[in-house]
Amino acid sequence: MKETIRFVLNGQTKEITVDPERTLLWVLRNDLELTGTKYGCGMGYCGACSILIDDKAVRSCMITADFVNGKNVVTIEGLGTEEKLHPVQEAFLKHDALQCGYCTPGMIIRATALLKDNPMPSRDEIILALDDNFCRCGAHTRIIDAVQTAGKELKGGK
Amino acid sequence: MKSKHEYSVDLLDKSIPSGMTRRSFIRRLGGGLVIAVALSDFDVLKASVAQQYPTDLNAYLKIGADGRVSCFTGKIEMGQGVITSLAQMLAEELDVPLASVDMIMGDTDLCPYDQGTWGSLTTRFFGPPLRAAGAEARAILLQMASENLGTPVSGLTVADGVVFVANDKNKKVSYAELVKGAKIIKTLQEKPPLKDPKDFKIIGKPISRIDGKEKVLGTAKYSGDMRYPGMVFAKILRPPSHASKLIKADISAVESVSEITLINQDGIIAVLHPDPEIAERYLSHIKAEYETPTTSLNENTIFDHLIKSAPEGTSVGEGGTLTEGTAQSELTFESEFRDGYVAHAPIEPHTALAVIKNGKMKVWASTQNPFGLKKNIADSLGLKEENVQILQVFIGGGFGGKSSNGQAMEAAKLAKISGKPVMVAWTRREEFFYDSFRPAAVIKIKSGCKKSGQIMLWDYGVYFAGQRGAAHFYNIPNHKTTAYNASWTAPKVHPFATGAWRAPSNNTNTFARESHIDIMAAKLGIDPIQFRLQNLNDERMIRTLKAASARFGWKSLKSPSGKGYGVACGVDAGAYVAIIAQVKVDKKSGNVKVERVVVAQDMGLVINPLGATMQAEGCVTMGMGYALSETVQFTGGDVLNRNFDTYKLPRFSWVPKIEIELLDLPNEPAQGGGEPAIICMGALLANAIHDAIGVRMYQMPMTPERILEALKKKS
Repeated sequence: MKETIRFVLNGQTKEITVDPERTLLWVLRNDLELTGTKYGCGMGYCGACSILIDDKAVRSCMITADFVNGKNVVTIEGLGTEEKLHPVQEAFLKHDALQCGYCTPGMIIRATALLKDNPMPSRDEIILALDDNFCRCGAHTRIIDAVQTAGKELKGGK
Repeated sequence: MKSKHEYSVDLLDKSIPSGMTRRSFIRRLGGGLVIAVALSDFDVLKASVAQQYPTDLNAYLKIGADGRVSCFTGKIEMGQGVITSLAQMLAEELDVPLASVDMIMGDTDLCPYDQGTWGSLTTRFFGPPLRAAGAEARAILLQMASENLGTPVSGLTVADGVVFVANDKNKKVSYAELVKGAKIIKTLQEKPPLKDPKDFKIIGKPISRIDGKEKVLGTAKYSGDMRYPGMVFAKILRPPSHASKLIKADISAVESVSEITLINQDGIIAVLHPDPEIAERYLSHIKAEYETPTTSLNENTIFDHLIKSAPEGTSVGEGGTLTEGTAQSELTFESEFRDGYVAHAPIEPHTALAVIKNGKMKVWASTQNPFGLKKNIADSLGLKEENVQILQVFIGGGFGGKSSNGQAMEAAKLAKISGKPVMVAWTRREEFFYDSFRPAAVIKIKSGCKKSGQIMLWDYGVYFAGQRGAAHFYNIPNHKTTAYNASWTAPKVHPFATGAWRAPSNNTNTFARESHIDIMAAKLGIDPIQFRLQNLNDERMIRTLKAASARFGWKSLKSPSGKGYGVACGVDAGAYVAIIAQVKVDKKSGNVKVERVVVAQDMGLVINPLGATMQAEGCVTMGMGYALSETVQFTGGDVLNRNFDTYKLPRFSWVPKIEIELLDLPNEPAQGGGEPAIICMGALLANAIHDAIGVRMYQMPMTPERILEALKKKS
């Protein structure tokens, strides 16, 4: 019952043959070894598994693999590199906007989607956008600051 | 389940205010052994924890041929930031660039034994021997350089791992050239002193997390990110309740499925498959029958159950007599406080990968206790300890909850049975079910005072929260503090596991004590900060409280003032903390919006002010959860919270403006920083709610429903 799914993953065309009913999160983590996308709750509540699909933040624990057919998928691994961080990653680093780091990929993905949609969000807009992403360590205020800085950085780069 | 470590944490928690050094505390140890510990004996206790650490400096550090310095510690990094602060300590004493230090953490083959990462013990107790090892290595390297350069040590200087002849900087030799990648064989009879704080270049400086980059890139490895050829996920049959007994399990539906490995051995029924969802699907085909006793125990009835189940009390501290105190009091007060069960709820659920190969087991696990895990695996699987290795990974939040290692024991057991590399990754539901919750508890306080505000009587009884932070630090002539169950565990009383939860016991104790103090101040019409100050003689607490007051811009008030201001203070892990908050309460919805929180903290020498600030910020945010929304719902051993829909964590929209003021005390010993600030959050918000709307909250969490109920009662 396997199907071939074609999509763009982190800038590269991918073709995988999998059971289309499988949850995308586990296909990413196990078949494609992209372990930056985390399991947190498995029910779409926490946001640790967020990825970008056509520039929108989507919870990969809530969708099946076939959903990405023909779409453009970016995981945390596809945002920046060791040599050149994405401006959102750079801003998280600058503001020390993390502690244990487990929710961080999902936070960065959600923030990136927000900034694509709204390059200069207000503090309240950032809070609204991130409100369903959970951080247990309590890095919230620094994450908000980081997203504001990233917004300025991205807009400045235009 | 009682484990050895909790006692040592309890004993070593210096929640001992300086004004109380003459008093003796009775502390109960495992197996009924009771010992009396004079508080002035703290140094003896400190020595007893320090003796676990080796004296050979090579256990702590290695200088590579390339000049990179490896720092070895049995501690783990779970977000608390010791990966950075320990590197700072070593770099400072050794005089090497911070960026040249690589942290090797929690690898049981490479690192010195450690009892576990908890109790805010890392900086206080591992810090000193690590710094001493760095200082000794530096002194030996100077001697070696002296021979190499033909100049006496007194004529040498060190900078960034290079030794120079002071008056001829062209003559130099690096640590790497001196050591050539070998061990440092020399030792010194007389250990060199640690650096004077005035000479610090790296300690005391705000340093960004050194693990930040790999965490923002998503390349940081947690146990669930480890992969091994042939790895399978295990899905394990779970009972509906902790009280359930398995009557029958019908495995016939999956017995002949070739794509899975079915395990039905040693009390564990599990399905192994490379894909966790397929394993889960087949597991669901197993029909299991359980017998579960009916029970009326739930989150509402638990408090009566606790009082009924209370063992005999043990004294945590006393002075004067309660009769005398009652006689001297012009006003008396009595209150009872309650706290529900609270989950750790790290975003990373417990996960472990166990691999057995050629008789040697390797385990990557989200654990705060790698050495304990190693021993448990060896003992329970009949392996020699040297054949079990726990390896380094990042931990996605612990908060005390990743100390009992259930998932890793399961992975190890299944790896041994199946011979396959097995990953056990608990689902969120399993995480809630098997969490060792912060215990539900009841605290009863009777107090009395003069009309002038002088407290004369304090009779405090804590049921099941544990004794950490139970002893008050006010100047009260007649007082008694009694712990009915001195630990945070009581397996026969609680319907599921309980355990250490970030600043264990102290959150509940501080909620009760500081709420009650506020009740007295309000009744007397005395400003709550003034009331505390007039009953304190502990200089550190007085200074901390005044620092918070100044930073907040506190103006004297009689509560309830309608402003929504609250204050609370406490001592934990040797650190003093005072917090002031401003809240708004919506009387229609019962909703509390915390607007501003100011924390003042005296934690002695601060190794990394940025790291310490982040920890205090995290304490404020996490603490809002237990204060306002988090509570475990259950029917007996059936934990009803299965995910974050019913168990409510703090969110971005809740977070106030947070200001952290760290007192500058570089010559005082470094104290804990990961836990202290969280202890105040319950009373802080209860007091602020009272100041806002004039109702007193006696039970946590202070949910909108409970606030509305209290308002209704008042009117």
